Amino acid sequence: MLNVGKIEEGFVLDHIEAGKSLSIYHHLKLDKLDCTVAIIKNARSNKMGKKDILKVECDINTLNLDILAVIDHNITVNVIKDGEIVDKKELVLPQEIHNVIKCKNPRCITSIEQELPHIFVLADEEKEIYRCKYCEEKASRSATQW
Amino acid sequence: MRHLMNPLDFTVEELEKLFDLANDIEANPAKYAHACEGKKLATCFYEPSTRTRLSFEAAMLNLGGQVLGFSDASSSSAAKGESVSDTIRIVSCYADICAMRHPKEGAPMVAASRSGIPVINAGDGGHQHPTQTLTDLLTIRSLKGRLGDFTIGLCGDLKFGRTVHSLINALIRYPDIRFIFISPPELKVPDYITDMLTERNIAYEEVIRLEDCMPNLDLLYMTRVQKERFFNEEDYVRLKDFYILDKNKLSAAMDDMLVLHPLPRVNEISVEVDDDPRAVYFKQAQYGVYVRMALILTLLELA
Repeated sequence: MLNVGKIEEGFVLDHIEAGKSLSIYHHLKLDKLDCTVAIIKNARSNKMGKKDILKVECDINTLNLDILAVIDHNITVNVIKDGEIVDKKELVLPQEIHNVIKCKNPRCITSIEQELPHIFVLADEEKEIYRCKYCEEKASRSATQW
Repeated sequence: MRHLMNPLDFTVEELEKLFDLANDIEANPAKYAHACEGKKLATCFYEPSTRTRLSFEAAMLNLGGQVLGFSDASSSSAAKGESVSDTIRIVSCYADICAMRHPKEGAPMVAASRSGIPVINAGDGGHQHPTQTLTDLLTIRSLKGRLGDFTIGLCGDLKFGRTVHSLINALIRYPDIRFIFISPPELKVPDYITDMLTERNIAYEEVIRLEDCMPNLDLLYMTRVQKERFFNEEDYVRLKDFYILDKNKLSAAMDDMLVLHPLPRVNEISVEVDDDPRAVYFKQAQYGVYVRMALILTLLELA
C-alpha cells in the first residue's frame, strides 16, 4: 500500500471516479498554483472498487471548488486545518461556469469566434441543466464527458 | 443603457408602456416625426432580411432620424475576419443605436456586451427574433383590444418555427390563454413547450387538421410548412393541404377571428383570403414599424 503523508492545511478530495483525477487537477487549475499536490490513482475503495484521491496543500480560502459539483457531486471534499479534518464541504452547482463545458451548437457564435469564453448558466438546478449564455443550447451535467 | 435580446427582456408592464407608445405613434405620427432628429440607426445585417431591415429603417426615418449599415456579411468587415465585438465598438462610434441580424446564435448578445450604444437583436439564427414577437403582441392587443382571455391556434411548422416558440413564451405571461397546436405529427410543438404548459396549468390541445378547431379560435397564427422538413414527399403531399388556409376553411371561423402570419407566406394562405377583413397579416407588418419606432424611442430614452 502506497503511503502519502498527511497535509497541514488544504483539501483532500476523496471518492473521485477512478481515472478522473487529472481532469479535475486541470479544471481546478492546480497546475497554476504553487502548492503541493498528490494525485492518487486507482486507490482501493470498499464503496467504489477503485477511486482517485487528490490532496492539495494550500490556504483553504484560496481555492474555489464549486466546479466539482458540475463535474461530479459525489466527490467528498474534506477540509483540513492543523492536520485534521475540520469540515466536509457541501458542493453547490455554480450559477455560471466559464470554459468548462464547450458549446456544441454549430450555429452558436462561439463556433466562429474562438476568443469568446464558453459561458454556461444554470437553468434547472434539480435536473442539473446548464444552458449556453449565447444560444441557450442545453448541456446536461451527466451527459458531458469530463 | 438597455438592449433587446429576447422578448422576455421587458416585463409585462414595460411592454404595456411600449405598446401604448406604439398606439400613440399610430394615432399621431406627426407628433413623432422629428423625435429622433440628429440620431442614427446602424442596421448591421450579416445575412439578408429585406423586410426586417426595411422595417427598422422605415421606423427610424419616420422618427426623423437617419440610417446607415450593411445588408450582408460580404459587404462588411466580417468578410475580412473582424469579430462582432470589434465591429460593434466601431459602430458605436458612428451611430446611436444598432439593429443586428446575424446567422450565428448569440451574436447580438456578444455585441451588446461590448457596445457603447443600445443593441436590438433583429434575429440570430434559429434562436430569437424579439421584434417579431413584439409585432405579434402589438397586433393582437391593438386589433383584439386585449392580451389575454383568448384561444389562439398556431398552425404549420411548430417544431422548428422560431416565431411560434417565442410567441408562446411571451403569451404565457398573460391570463386565460388557451393554445391549440395545429400541425402534422412530424412538426408538432416540442415536448419542452407542452411540458412547460402542463406544469403551469395552461390549457392546450394538439390537432392534426385546421378544420378540427377553426370555429373555436379567436386568433389563428399561420406559419409555413416547408417541404424539406418531411422525411418523404408522400407525407408532404398527403398533409400539406391541411395547412393551407383558403376561403372555404375560413368560412367556419368566427366573424371576429384574426389571421396573423409573420410573413413571407408562400402558399399556406390562399390569396383569396387577403381581402377578408379577418386577414390582418399585412396590417401586422405595419404594426411592426410602429413597435420598432416605439422601441427605438424607448431604448434611446426619448420616450
